[in-house]
Amino acid sequence: MRVAAALRRCGARARCRQRTYAAATEGDVRASVSRLLDNRNALGLLFLLPAGALLLLFLTYPLGLGVWLGFTDTKIGRGGAWVGLENYEFLFGDAVARLSLFNTLFYTVVASVIKFALGLWLALLLNKHVPFKTVVRAVVLLPFIVPTALSAIAFWWIYDAQFSVISWTLTELGLIDRYIDFLGDPWNARLSTIAANIWRGVPFVAICLLAGLQTISPSYYEAASLDGATPWQQFRYVTLPLLTPIIAVVMTFSVLFTFTDFQLIYVLTRGGPLNATHLMATLSFQRAIPGGALGEGAALAVSMVPFLLAAILFSYFGLQRRAWQQGGAD
Amino acid sequence: MSEFKRRRFLKTSAAVAAGAAAGPLIWVKDASAQWSNTPEKGAKLRVLRWKRFVQGDEDQYLANVKKFSEKYGVEVRVDAEGWEDVRPKAAVAANTGAGPDIILSTNDDANLYPEKLLDVTDVCTYLGKKYGGFYPVCDPYLRPNGKNWIGVPLGVAGVCMVYRESHMKAAGFSTFPRDTDGFLKLCKALKEKGTPPGFALGNATGDGNTFCQWLVWAFGGKLVDANNKVVIDSPETIRALEYAKELYPTFVPGTLAWLDPNNNKAFLDEQISLTNNGISIYYAAKTSKDPKVGALAADINHSNMPIGPAGKPTEFQLFFNQMIFKHSKYPKAAKEFIRFMMEEEQFGPWMQASIGYVTQPLVAYEKNPIWTVDPKHTPYRDAMKIMRPIGYAGRLGYASAGAAADFIVVNMIAEAASGSKTPAEAAERAQKRAERYYKV
Repeated sequence: MRVAAALRRCGARARCRQRTYAAATEGDVRASVSRLLDNRNALGLLFLLPAGALLLLFLTYPLGLGVWLGFTDTKIGRGGAWVGLENYEFLFGDAVARLSLFNTLFYTVVASVIKFALGLWLALLLNKHVPFKTVVRAVVLLPFIVPTALSAIAFWWIYDAQFSVISWTLTELGLIDRYIDFLGDPWNARLSTIAANIWRGVPFVAICLLAGLQTISPSYYEAASLDGATPWQQFRYVTLPLLTPIIAVVMTFSVLFTFTDFQLIYVLTRGGPLNATHLMATLSFQRAIPGGALGEGAALAVSMVPFLLAAILFSYFGLQRRAWQQGGAD
Repeated sequence: MSEFKRRRFLKTSAAVAAGAAAGPLIWVKDASAQWSNTPEKGAKLRVLRWKRFVQGDEDQYLANVKKFSEKYGVEVRVDAEGWEDVRPKAAVAANTGAGPDIILSTNDDANLYPEKLLDVTDVCTYLGKKYGGFYPVCDPYLRPNGKNWIGVPLGVAGVCMVYRESHMKAAGFSTFPRDTDGFLKLCKALKEKGTPPGFALGNATGDGNTFCQWLVWAFGGKLVDANNKVVIDSPETIRALEYAKELYPTFVPGTLAWLDPNNNKAFLDEQISLTNNGISIYYAAKTSKDPKVGALAADINHSNMPIGPAGKPTEFQLFFNQMIFKHSKYPKAAKEFIRFMMEEEQFGPWMQASIGYVTQPLVAYEKNPIWTVDPKHTPYRDAMKIMRPIGYAGRLGYASAGAAADFIVVNMIAEAASGSKTPAEAAERAQKRAERYYKV
């Protein structure tokens, strides 16, 4: 553009042509740079570069290294040789690893379902006009903000077989005569850790769903109630469909966080009793660091990826905007 | 006559003066123990150690470090982390070839990366000669090939049976039983009197292992034989598991999930009357500001673990090592530091300040007054003399470390004791799990 303009200005005079030629090459460069900067794709790429570099360094590289480690028999303190799928074969046959898979799935499914139900209910309640709305919403968020390790320690005391405040209260009320063994019995321990996880995770789900609820225009509800819809019908036919994209996003995050939970289990039980609360994350840590078998721990950690991918894909299809949400036909 | 008396007087007063100046030097040191080493000029050392369990330990250790710095002009920086966190950090330092010069770590860490550690045979030979030798158990941990030392033993965190004297007497025992039959009777009687015992059967790296390993070894069982072949599934082990099954109902509820601090909490709150632990329970009771807890101290007593059908003491203790890494820029200064800290002028007071939390690795230090100033301390004195390494009876290395970290023996005992598996099944499972680590 600038070259053409320069040419036009100088006409066809030779001197000008020479100058314009020099200017052309320089202008060429400047032009292409400015064209680049005007090009949305190139500009976008440029803006992404810093974040991309960070992600590459701190996410892609460790992930790739972890995947590679899973194919070796690296130990802490010495390098390892390529062993192919040997780690995975072993883990498939190892009873404790299989137990950790079951524990993780059980933990994730139960905790996520309950978190979703409670979170949605809480969001619906908070959506109404309650006194001190802002304060209540802030308080509701607290369990999620408190550092996990701290709330885990508090739960450790609440679940203690000798010192539990819950057992003490129930004993004082005369409802039980023996202190509850929260963490000593395998199934009790599973349910107790799930309860702690739910307490921690519900606020996240609730606040996100609340935000989603706020975007639903009240005119829909008005139209529905004019048509004679009951509250349940309004919820089923207005709220839920419009909320689906938000639910998909929130539950993806919730499932991801729950599946890879480490801190809560590590503080409460270290994976016990009898490995009943070992999640894949805690077992992989136990095998890799104190146990020294980095390759095996990496393999166990990497084998979480297919499940996480499945959860993401599930939500991706849920995220797709449906035509009827925008007023068209399905 | 008077000359004799004067000479005698001069000798004794000199001895008293020397004793007062240099601490209780009551054993004869081997005068032929030679040591000559000069730290590098301008040396700077970084030391990473496990965080103190008793305050006196840290205070005296840092005082000794200051003495070293002043004497040799070497700057020393000491970092302390929780002992379970030191182990991965030591492993990372070994792996990356950078980090602290000296690391005080635990158990068989040195056997995970022996080629990354500086040879300290000269330090250990000197110390051994001067102080009556290291206990034999130091060999598998830090002298795996029988000749070269890859680290200097620091000691062990001794673990003994900790019990309430009055409750034991009320249960019908005048002294703590020395054999496993008596021990079982005691636990049953304590439970009947409403003063039950409690032993950690969860993933408790310290207390869980000291109890479970002792139990298996006391009946003659072991994880591997001398050739590192897994032999945990044996009649002796099954007998130990059946014993555990009889013991378990006498425990307070919840022990399957007990981590290391749980038994301390329960004991000091008088929920249990018998457990296995280091001297920290006694120490906490003695120094507690709560008068109820303070009164406990007079009632607490200790005993070594009972002896089972194996016929001899079979204890496991938490082993502490001192490793110098090859990547250290000042190996001579590092060696000098460790030698200095292990010398009686520093180590003796340190043992006393730690109120016996660490049991010595060198025979001569048995005479340290901390073991006799309070007779309740004495059972901890022999902790290192009668212990076995965790990979008994095989060689230490990745396999033993991995098997220990995965709580194979602890899980086996917990499964059999709680009834979730029969003793035979539990032993078989432990065998399969261990074989994976010890595979050739």
